[in-house]
Amino acid sequence: MTTTLDLVLWVVLPYACLAVFVVGHYWRYRYDKFGWTTLSSQLYESRLLRWGSPLFHFGILAVFLGHVMGLGIPKSWTEAVGVSEGVYHVLAVGVGAVAGFCTLVGMAILVYRRRTVGPVFSATTRMDKVMYLALAVVILLGIGNTVGGNIIDHYDYREGLSVWFRGIFRFDLRPELMAEAPFTFQAHAVTAFLLFALWPFTRLVHVFSAPIGYLWRPYVPYRSKEDRLGQRRGNRGWERVGENRRR
Amino acid sequence: MRVMAQMAMVMNLDKCIGCHTCSVTCKQTWTNRTGMEYVWFNNVETRPGQGYPRTYEDQDRWQGGWELNKRGRLTLKAGNRLKNLLTIFSSPKMPSIQDYYEPWTYDYETLTDAPLQEHTPVARPKSLISGKNMDISWSANWDDDLAGAPELAKDDPVLQKVSDKVRFEFEQTFMFYLPRICEHCLNPSCAASCPSGAIYKRSEDGIVLVDQDKCRGWRKCVTGCPYKKIYFNHRTGKAEKCTFCFPRIEVGLPTVCAETCVGRLRYIGLVLYDADAVLEAASVEDDRELLDAQRQVLLDPDDPQVVREAERAGIPRDWIDAAQRSPVWSLINRYEVALPLHPEYRTMPMVWYIPPLSPVVDVVSDTGEDAEERGNLFAAIDSLRIPVEYLAELFTAGDTAPVTAVLKRLAAMRSYMRDINLGREPDESIPEAVGMDGESLYDMYRLLAIAKYDERYVIPPAHAEQAHGLEELATECSLDYEGGPGMGGWGPFGEGSGGTTPIAVENFQALKQRQTTNTLGDPEDKERRVNLLNWDGKGKPEGLFPPKPGQDRGAPELMDGTDPDAETDPKP
Repeated sequence: MTTTLDLVLWVVLPYACLAVFVVGHYWRYRYDKFGWTTLSSQLYESRLLRWGSPLFHFGILAVFLGHVMGLGIPKSWTEAVGVSEGVYHVLAVGVGAVAGFCTLVGMAILVYRRRTVGPVFSATTRMDKVMYLALAVVILLGIGNTVGGNIIDHYDYREGLSVWFRGIFRFDLRPELMAEAPFTFQAHAVTAFLLFALWPFTRLVHVFSAPIGYLWRPYVPYRSKEDRLGQRRGNRGWERVGENRRR
Repeated sequence: MRVMAQMAMVMNLDKCIGCHTCSVTCKQTWTNRTGMEYVWFNNVETRPGQGYPRTYEDQDRWQGGWELNKRGRLTLKAGNRLKNLLTIFSSPKMPSIQDYYEPWTYDYETLTDAPLQEHTPVARPKSLISGKNMDISWSANWDDDLAGAPELAKDDPVLQKVSDKVRFEFEQTFMFYLPRICEHCLNPSCAASCPSGAIYKRSEDGIVLVDQDKCRGWRKCVTGCPYKKIYFNHRTGKAEKCTFCFPRIEVGLPTVCAETCVGRLRYIGLVLYDADAVLEAASVEDDRELLDAQRQVLLDPDDPQVVREAERAGIPRDWIDAAQRSPVWSLINRYEVALPLHPEYRTMPMVWYIPPLSPVVDVVSDTGEDAEERGNLFAAIDSLRIPVEYLAELFTAGDTAPVTAVLKRLAAMRSYMRDINLGREPDESIPEAVGMDGESLYDMYRLLAIAKYDERYVIPPAHAEQAHGLEELATECSLDYEGGPGMGGWGPFGEGSGGTTPIAVENFQALKQRQTTNTLGDPEDKERRVNLLNWDGKGKPEGLFPPKPGQDRGAPELMDGTDPDAETDPKP
């Protein structure tokens, strides 16, 4: 039996947040290409950043891959290729804990740096603070789940939460699975979706600029003046005023 | 052969008096904004000296430019592409703000606000980075004119390369000024370092630019550029660099630094080069052969085959004509007196320098000898190893022969022209001694000494006949641009977010603000008064006259066209 609250939390909220996530990014990219940046503060301080930032970023990348594994791949698939529950479990908890720990330490260094280094703190916007808070809550709850949900009180998220999560994208709605999940998992899911809704309006957008193409592109890009970004095309002399040239 | 055109510059260092006018006008034009306080697209360094940012030429430390890897192929000194990406989260070789300098202002307000007291109030320096009081201990020109040289100049990376003997003789000081802008290299390592591909070279004129909409602030270009001429705007989080004043170049005007140079030491012109030969030339094994390799990449614009290829490559006829008249080409390859700055960085820099003869002349005249007599000068160039070795480290990767050759040509020009000016028979053995003939030596003298504006700056306008579009206001809706009517103010993500604003709209907002503001931020909470010092006599700002009876204080009467005497159009 699913209550209204369950429907709101596990059906309405995810869709609303994902809609904001997608539309928000589209809007931000259209409207604010110039503001789409990592907004690095390395110029002000690099000693702490040197440790904190790689720890956090590599950690969170590993955490992301872990989520792709845990949420994206059905249990039946891993079992089909011969990964037993026990092996998966050890792997997930082991790698997950290390990655989570790196992320947490990195984040602690970065937050400490942001608060104590004067220039960095004064360059921090209100949005940054909200984002840091949301990110910290999600990460702490997630680490709590890895430790608590696997060691203290076992909850097999791959038969509950993961199925619900995949259902969102397949329009196979299973709110009752989340209603049964432990509270910390519920909280992690809700805060994560709220973070997704916040995402397009923060500096987190730089995630989508990960410059993978750099590995293949030619070293020096050439560009002709004419296709400069943002430039309005002029009319040819014989064209009527107000008619934009199309090529 | 793939012919491309490159806008290039030559600076005649003998003429630089170190007045910093180029730096100041450049700063006023391009970098007088928050986030760019510490940035000088054009700076003038005293050499020997540490430079700006400090010791930027020490590539063992800063890892800028290119190098040959074990297989003899050109790679970025900071590492290959994969390493570049893996160090993206904390760019390890980036100078901090302290290596440039911490920008500051003064707390001028206390001068007027301080209560009556025994001592005169002082305006303390305040950091523009942290906002706190600070002690000024470094700036972009801290070691100007060899200030503090005994302590500071020993850290000059170029001086450290010069042999021990030279360092000892540094007591007999010599100095000269080195104005620097972005080199707009043929093989730019900044562009090669940019993970986002935001830095590009314009295929028409070779100007290297940063696409501000594409830059994501990864900071790799700052490391990649060995000249440290890419700067990180700490407010917008984007890289910015010298633009070679492309809006001026496109309409045939010289850059601001060149236009305002009081010594008239800058030359701007086109060179044609073979784009297919660049990589090979930059990969020459011996550092000392790079100068010749770089000279040979440039193509002779009078060679009919080059002209044919240039036309085939779509270079307009008037550009080819301009390349043939180019003073830059003449100084580099006809008279061979211009040298590139640090060719050993393998970026093929396109701002060239005529090394200064003045340190040599000064020494000769100090001895009481005739400093314009050929024999004395030639002997001094040969025996004065200090300045020559130093110049060689700057311009020829340490090879003194090309520097000596240039200095001898400059010395020969002086002696030869002295005879002519004194009405004596010109001595044709002088040009012969430096491998020239009298006529070309005279032509070189003309170009170096008396060339007029249109001979120093041979800049063909870009073929972008878009005057109608540039006018913005004339016949189309002035707000008709992507992003809608950006009527001033900031976007929701802070300063600088949102789309770009057309200049006409920006001017309107700036004019309005300038006339009505009393303080920097135009505070809402204070009553507005008109600051007559800020009033430029245009329009009637709000508050200039008391409100008419029965009329609310409405919008400022600005640019409404009702006053026939008011000059309302912002001049470009």
